[in-house]
Amino acid sequence: MLEVTQIACVRGSRRLFEAVSFGLEPKQPLRIRGDNGSGKTSLLRIVAGLAPAEAGEVRWDGRGIRELGEDYRRALVFLGHANGLKDDLTAVENLRLSLTLAGVTVDEGAIREQLALQGLSSAADLPVRLLSQGQKRRVALTKLEFCASKPLWLLDEPFAALDASAVGRLAARLAAHLSGGGLLVFTTHQDVELPGAAARSLQLGEA
Amino acid sequence: MAAGAAAAFGAVLARDLLIAYRRRADVLTTLFFFVIVVSLFPLGVGPEPDTLREIAPGVVWVSALLAAMLSLARMFSGDFADGTLEQLVLAPQPLTWLVLAKVAAHWLTAGLPLVVIGPLLGLQFDLPAEALVVLVVSLLIGTPALSMIGAVGAALTLGVRGGGALTALLVLPLYVPVLIFGAGAVAAAAEGTGAGGHLSLLGAMLMLSLVFAPWAIGAALKISLE
Repeated sequence: MLEVTQIACVRGSRRLFEAVSFGLEPKQPLRIRGDNGSGKTSLLRIVAGLAPAEAGEVRWDGRGIRELGEDYRRALVFLGHANGLKDDLTAVENLRLSLTLAGVTVDEGAIREQLALQGLSSAADLPVRLLSQGQKRRVALTKLEFCASKPLWLLDEPFAALDASAVGRLAARLAAHLSGGGLLVFTTHQDVELPGAAARSLQLGEA
Repeated sequence: MAAGAAAAFGAVLARDLLIAYRRRADVLTTLFFFVIVVSLFPLGVGPEPDTLREIAPGVVWVSALLAAMLSLARMFSGDFADGTLEQLVLAPQPLTWLVLAKVAAHWLTAGLPLVVIGPLLGLQFDLPAEALVVLVVSLLIGTPALSMIGAVGAALTLGVRGGGALTALLVLPLYVPVLIFGAGAVAAAAEGTGAGGHLSLLGAMLMLSLVFAPWAIGAALKISLE
């Protein structure tokens, strides 16, 4: 499904990594490991198509992602370091607008229900700027609940700033996505086990 | 696809308008800046009605350019900082289309108020009624072009240190044609010669910017995210 071949990344005059290759099939997770500054985020952004690779190619279903364009973006969920939430809008408004933008139709009731399940019902109608870092992250991650139809999830540090119970819930959600035939590429510094999924990892820089 | 694109356009437009509504002070700042700059000229130049009538088209139009520029810095910088710009670029819709929604929201919050208040300021300068009508029409055609051109500058300077001043240096020269024909139309109407030619050229500029600016903005935004 997803093939990454011989990718190299240069930041300024520094060569972050080169000749990185991996392939990913449905139901497979890939964890990208590496020290700070080893290029984990850059690799994810290249795979998402946000940044061009210095060399090499990313292919989806056998075709280059540049060539696929919108078709690739429709299959993709990307969650970066930044949460992608507007501070002045409430959690419900943020989710509704960002899901519409992603091409997912969902009504407000379903969003409220899901926020309540995540323990965020009190935060649903507050402007996001009033929420804590962890709460913001959880609001951003709630988007995943509605993105089951999108096979490829690229998550940059999804577990950062989450409390223990939220980490457990997210791990279970990711495992469910995988068992439903999804693909997952993520980075994390925490030791998190995805239940039922074989741990595969890719090391950037020296181990 | 068409329905999805329309929904996404609506979502981006609604989001930016909602944010503008929550941050009304920003919109009012632009408007008051426009009013104050225009009102400074009679104080500086003196209360001679003939002089005022003569400088009015230029004064109102130059002030409109400056006011439209004031809000450019906010156009993409917030989205850039909080990660929503990434989501916009990764949305399964043509980026040019989504960018057009953002520019439309910018015009509705920063351009349209200038169009509405423009004739009132024209009255301060004792502009004749025909000239006031042409002023409104010229602002109505010209300010969307200002938003389009300005957005290109804002997108190009995104993430650059001192981006605000750089945007001004980049965008103001590009505003010159709009200024010439916008102010020219009002002056022509005040003198009693027809404003049609000026307005047609202004309309042509709007069409050109509608075609090319969204594409340029999209390309600039992608580069800034790399």
